[in-house]
Amino acid sequence: MSALNIKKGSTSHSAYDLRDPHAEIAGRHTLTVLTDNDPGVLARVAGLFTGRGYNIESLTVAEVDHEGHLSRFTIVTTGTPTVIEQIKAQLGRIVPVHEVHDLTVEGASVERELALFKVAGTGEKRVEALRLADIFRANVVDSTLESFVFEITGTPEKIDAFADLMRPLGLADVARTGVAALPRGI
Amino acid sequence: MSRQMTGAKMVVQALKDQGVEVVFGYPGGAVLPIYDEIFQQNDIRHILVRHEQGAVHMAEGYARSTGKPGVVLVTSGPGATNAVTGLTDALMDSIPLVVLTGQVPTFMIGTDGFQEADTVGITRPCTKHNWLVKDTAKLAETIHQAFHVATHGRPGPVLIDIPKDVQFATGPYSAVREARVAHYQPKVKGDLARITELVELMEKAERPVFYTGGGVINSGPGASQLLRELADATGFPVTSTLMGLGAYPASGKGWIGMLGMHGLYEANLAMHGCDLMINLGARFDDRITGRIADFSPRSKKAHVDIDPSSINKVIHVDLPIVGDVGHVLEDLLKVWKSRGRKVNKDGLAKWWGQIEQWKLKKCLTYKGSDKVIKPQYALERLEALTRGRDRYITTEVGQHQMWAAQFLGFDAPNRWMTSGGLGTMGYGFPASIGVQIAHPDALVINVAGEASWLMNMQEMGTATQFRTPVKQFILNNERLGMVRQWQQLLHGERYSHSWSESLPDFVKLAEAFGWKGIQCKDPKQLDDAIMEMLDHDGPVLFDCLVEKHENCFPMIPSGRPHNEMLLGDASTEGAIQAGGAVLV
Ligand SMILES: Cc1ncc(C[n+]2csc(CCOP(=O)(O)OP(=O)(O)O)c2C)c(N)n1
Ligand SMILES: [Mg+2]
Repeated sequence: MSALNIKKGSTSHSAYDLRDPHAEIAGRHTLTVLTDNDPGVLARVAGLFTGRGYNIESLTVAEVDHEGHLSRFTIVTTGTPTVIEQIKAQLGRIVPVHEVHDLTVEGASVERELALFKVAGTGEKRVEALRLADIFRANVVDSTLESFVFEITGTPEKIDAFADLMRPLGLADVARTGVAALPRGI
Repeated sequence: MSRQMTGAKMVVQALKDQGVEVVFGYPGGAVLPIYDEIFQQNDIRHILVRHEQGAVHMAEGYARSTGKPGVVLVTSGPGATNAVTGLTDALMDSIPLVVLTGQVPTFMIGTDGFQEADTVGITRPCTKHNWLVKDTAKLAETIHQAFHVATHGRPGPVLIDIPKDVQFATGPYSAVREARVAHYQPKVKGDLARITELVELMEKAERPVFYTGGGVINSGPGASQLLRELADATGFPVTSTLMGLGAYPASGKGWIGMLGMHGLYEANLAMHGCDLMINLGARFDDRITGRIADFSPRSKKAHVDIDPSSINKVIHVDLPIVGDVGHVLEDLLKVWKSRGRKVNKDGLAKWWGQIEQWKLKKCLTYKGSDKVIKPQYALERLEALTRGRDRYITTEVGQHQMWAAQFLGFDAPNRWMTSGGLGTMGYGFPASIGVQIAHPDALVINVAGEASWLMNMQEMGTATQFRTPVKQFILNNERLGMVRQWQQLLHGERYSHSWSESLPDFVKLAEAFGWKGIQCKDPKQLDDAIMEMLDHDGPVLFDCLVEKHENCFPMIPSGRPHNEMLLGDASTEGAIQAGGAVLV
């Protein structure tokens, strides 16, 4: 025992045992971030999330305005309201960042994701896969005698549901783009 | 028509156009064209350091003592990696720096060329922003943008990586006014409705406190002036973080001392017991808050900060105001005056009564000695013998740093340079040289620990070469004192590797570099020795042999609330008694 009555082997006196475990509930948020299309912006954004220990569920980025030299990131993350506010503020500090919006709280928005599914199978399973793809409005973008590649767009939930159905039917590979999102209206 | 010139010439031209007078640097292969240009001009002074880390800390000292950005020039690879600690230090403490690094030629990038390092990759997390310039035509504009970013909003270090072929190639020079900086214009004016709300809280508050930080200093001397006016007119008590010392004068009537882990009893209890906390340019650092759950439980909290990410990062506040402290203070003062300068007089009188009670604790009391120099005594004497002189103090990191903050008083901003956020041992000595370069005739003292001081001692040569008469006041306890203190209090007195073995003879070391060396170990001779240091026209290495086992109090152990502060009488043997823990 030391002068501070710290039990032997206890780590509760660590300098970093400070944070109050928030009673707040973590939720999923979709952020849209407009940036200069500079080299390194992706590294800055990704580095911010890893460096400060934030979650990334998905992140997509591409140039959206060639003339204006602008890129749009769509980032899906989870966190308590406090953490999400902090993520927004931290993104806002990045010098090439122009705008940050939390689509989850700022009114209605649309979210879409594109996915490619490779499903291998023959006979009854193959027919069933094709039938379900039709119901989900998935397109066949490649086919061999033993496989299809389906292209599907929709909300992440719709894509998850399609994946669940394809799994017993011979799902071999999946590629997903992550979410792209915009607010509704103008 | 814009002027055509080489990239190397552009660098020097852009620095001149930005009003740069001094560059701290070290040459190497990848910056030779720029050094060639520096050779051929006389407007910009180049200070040749002995290690790139030294250059960055010198630039920090220069910046913090002048309010102007510090400029650094180093080579690629090892030159750039040696600058990383200083960059991180400047980022944590919001110091504006522009660091220029050489890079291998563009066509060699990615080939693991000689002295190639991914400098922008390495420094991305430790700069406010950085650039790799691949085209000479963009170089001048990038440098102008870099100065803009470093000095606008929350200040910080920026870095520009310049490949050697870009330095050799010719391109058009763009003037300062042509640089596109429009999209980076952080908000400086605070929201007026919120400011009015704060005034309403101030009018009613019974137990208010101003909690000030480095942001007040960064905002410029005007902000310090406004703080003084507001604090004195309202009669509210003022405490400050380590970084904010001097913004409000230590001789001011509202001053209740520094707060935090080694802050004053009265300051920490005022923070704990207040009903209105007005945070001006501080960031609720963990050295300030202690245990979050118990931080100032009964107060309404207002937070003025230029960086929106500082708000609600650690402590949830009731009234956030995003803006520059100086601008917000100006509006705050205006609104408060126009509403009739109201304060809760009865409440305040009681509050000050309580604070005076806390002051009676005399929390900085230590056991004196006539045999050995107590570190606190050494600082008391240094304070007494330099008070009234416009002195600049830098520090290293450790117990001596905390004692310096406790025992030296600062009456003006930009006079106190210390590594707060990163706590970088080795900061103080080069920083003192940077300060002296900016203020050649001023008294500049680095209060150091022997262990920290050795970390950048190579800069002795720089001080000699550039005739900077810096005074190195080493409180030599032959210990990594702060580490030893934690081991004593928190690790069962197992002193693992916390003593300074094989120290040099500091007097001989001083003489080897053409300095004056002084050693003092007798409290009775201390005054004369300090006077000898102050009177010497040149750099002095003062080896002040102090009590080896003194502890720094008050202390709030990490993760404890403010009201569980250890006072302790700094006994030299064994652990402090559990009774030293004060519960209020
Ligand atoms: C670069 C660096 N390494 C390690 C530390 C951890 N550390 C903090 S204080 C300290 C001891 C400093 O000793 P000294 O400079 O003699 O000062 P004292 O505490 O004895 O006054 C150490 C090792 C640090 N802050 N910086
Ligand atoms: Mg020491």
